[in-house]
Amino acid sequence: MAEIITPGDEAQLAEAVAGAAGAGTPLEIRGGGTRVELGRPVQASRTLSTKGLSGISLYEPGALTLVVKAGTPVAEIEAALAAEGQILPFEPMDHRALLGTEGAPTIGGVVACGVSGPRRIQAGACRDAMLGVRFVNGRGEAVKSGGRVMKNVTGYDLTKLMCGSYGTLGVLTEIAFKVLPKPEAEATLVCSGLGPAAGVAALNTALASPFGITGAAHLDARSLVRIEGLAGSVAYRTGQLLGLLGAGWEAVSGAESTALWREVRDVAPFAGRDGAVWRVSVKPADGPVLSENLSTAGLDHAALYDWGGGLVWLLTAETGDAGAGPIRREIAALGGHATLVRASAATRAAVEVFEFEPETLARIAAGLRAKFDPAGILNPGRMRG
Amino acid sequence: MEMPVPNPMVIDQKSTLVARLTQALGEDGVIHAAEEVRVYECDALTAYRCPPLAVVLPRTTAEVVAAIRICADMGVPIVPRGAGTSLAGGSLPTADSVILGVARMNQVLEIDYPNRFIRVQAGITNLSVTGAVEGEGFFYAPDPSSQLACAIAGNIAMNSGGAHCLKYGVTTNNLMGVKLVTAEGEVVEIGGAHLDPAGYDLLGVICGSEGQLGVVTEATLRILAAPEGARPVLMGFSSSETAGACVADIIRSGIIPVAIEFMDKLCIHASEAHAKAGYPLDVEALLIVEVEGSEAEIEEQLACVKEVANRHDPMVLRESTSEAESAAIWLGRKSAFGAMGQLGDYICLDGVVPVSALPEALRGTAELAASYGLQVANVFHAGDGNMHPLIIFDANQPGELEKAEALGADILRLCVDVGGCLSGEHGVGVEKRELMEHQFNAADLSQQMDVKDVFDPQWLLNPAKVFPLAVSESRRGG
Repeated sequence: MAEIITPGDEAQLAEAVAGAAGAGTPLEIRGGGTRVELGRPVQASRTLSTKGLSGISLYEPGALTLVVKAGTPVAEIEAALAAEGQILPFEPMDHRALLGTEGAPTIGGVVACGVSGPRRIQAGACRDAMLGVRFVNGRGEAVKSGGRVMKNVTGYDLTKLMCGSYGTLGVLTEIAFKVLPKPEAEATLVCSGLGPAAGVAALNTALASPFGITGAAHLDARSLVRIEGLAGSVAYRTGQLLGLLGAGWEAVSGAESTALWREVRDVAPFAGRDGAVWRVSVKPADGPVLSENLSTAGLDHAALYDWGGGLVWLLTAETGDAGAGPIRREIAALGGHATLVRASAATRAAVEVFEFEPETLARIAAGLRAKFDPAGILNPGRMRG
Repeated sequence: MEMPVPNPMVIDQKSTLVARLTQALGEDGVIHAAEEVRVYECDALTAYRCPPLAVVLPRTTAEVVAAIRICADMGVPIVPRGAGTSLAGGSLPTADSVILGVARMNQVLEIDYPNRFIRVQAGITNLSVTGAVEGEGFFYAPDPSSQLACAIAGNIAMNSGGAHCLKYGVTTNNLMGVKLVTAEGEVVEIGGAHLDPAGYDLLGVICGSEGQLGVVTEATLRILAAPEGARPVLMGFSSSETAGACVADIIRSGIIPVAIEFMDKLCIHASEAHAKAGYPLDVEALLIVEVEGSEAEIEEQLACVKEVANRHDPMVLRESTSEAESAAIWLGRKSAFGAMGQLGDYICLDGVVPVSALPEALRGTAELAASYGLQVANVFHAGDGNMHPLIIFDANQPGELEKAEALGADILRLCVDVGGCLSGEHGVGVEKRELMEHQFNAADLSQQMDVKDVFDPQWLLNPAKVFPLAVSESRRGG
């Protein structure tokens, strides 16, 4: 068991990182530990926990602004927001069921892994809701970027760079978010029996309408289109969309609708099923094309579609390269990228987890890592060597 | 305002540089005569001017690559330029620099409605993007006031916003991918028509980097289905503080209007004289709140907005009843900057404060203005706290510009002190460069400059911008 360091504040955390940098001791950065299996396995003798950095620093509902320490549990944040009738706009996925992990997911983990859910298509991704960050870089220096205001073009946007950098550029200590009012009502239009191609085509018909779609998914032969907002508006748009989409669609609302999107968000159909799970990002219309081409290439798989078809979850057998060969070949042709999100540590060490980067981009990424973490001690190897 | 001393070795090489650039881009791709480069001596921050050594106007990414490679080879600084509408001096040249203008690269390359994106060359104007897709019921959301003239290249460089970004976000939230030419003349594709990045979010850091990390030649932009309709409501209040409190309450009520615009009395009177929009002249502050949707949805949202507004005893509460009336309400707002020209010369600031600090910031601004003996008009995007104080002065009076600039710096420091920032959408450029240390400490700035070191090791791309000169000096030396 690796030694766990749990600093109580940012200054202590900076001191711990500076010490590790001086000694050349690699650190595995850990929040709630529910997403540690995302990315490549990290070789580190010590674990740096952000659990001691917890709590809401500032919450101004009237300014739609929330500032939280990185180790704050997501559940605590969602409860505080719910008490004021507000939400995190990007509907972050809970990875526990899919990955079979336990613990309390933290907001730092959400940001470090760049986690966004179904509402991403309308309200933006995690990075879009982030107004600013504080982090400790690999030299043990506390750095801030952005701030707590809605618009900010003062200096480079390192906030976005930190989102999805898996702790390899710095240890997040505090994050400022734009939050949104919780929609007064929601409804989901459901159609059963469409194949992926027809289902995704219908989703994109809905997305090209002026009706403010906040969810568009296709899973288990069900196509789902979500609308949210004031009750009268949801009723109006439900009617309009039923007309637009044609026969075979029906509307569900309230808790029933909420439960559907929880399933989509957490990739529930793949939870508890054996096999490797890939997360693929493509142009929406290419989602079903990818799956068809993989079948043609002889890869046995199941597929789920979110983001109107642009986010594809693939379940493959965890044998050999877990499908990496055909998946990467198809992505090279279609454009986009694929990430292996669930597989044994052995597979994740043997198969490239992230998409291949062209040489110039790989050089820039390596250059950034060298600048932010010169001693190479922060989650070494988690993104790339 | 200080700029780095031009490198005499570079200036001495002008004839060689021009010959090489001309060979690569052709006679009509290079401007070098002294009287012709003068056209490029400034952008919309006209107080500062300096003719560049030469100007290149490439037509293709390949020509951008060629120009950058020649400049990199000869150690010549490059100042990228979109349409030259920067209010922060983002494309202000130095005497030893080459302006790289992308205005000739203005084509639409691909429109994909099913996947809801458009791919354009970066020199295209902001409004032309919406123009290319509005026939099919789509639009491009960021709408800076200069949208008729400003280029997408500049929008990306400055991460431009606009009046409607409260609901739709700014450029970075609507930018999906770029083709970027690096400082070493390599072409990279970052992002694309998919919805999230592979690896580090380089697109996120390139957007808003003020042309310091590379030259964007093509962009993939998100297009959205246009709403069925929109309608503004105009409300007048007896004090700026009340208007500010009303803004926070509207947001708190659970409605996100597409825009909440604020104008103070000075601005209302100037706009009304100019645009004759029927603005009330007896109020101290005015809000324009716009909501979108079908007729019924507009009614539903406006009912909430009006209910909140009525709690603040508005002196005027007028809902637009026709397209013409809506257009007039917006005309008054959109012509505000032009109208202010009647009052004298002005500097337009761009600070941001937390919405909750709006009353405090407005009061502090008024006090500072009084202490300098200058007039300040306020017109801004209130929903997101992005203030645009306009400092009115007389440029013909010696010392007035300097006084106005000093007041501007004090107002921006105030924005930072109440929890905000120096710039919401115009960028730092040269204008706010020396104030950066008020918002960021040495480690913050150093980390940002580290990013530039990686993308542009020689510091040839727009080197004298964003960072205080003394802070960037050792890096700019190479």
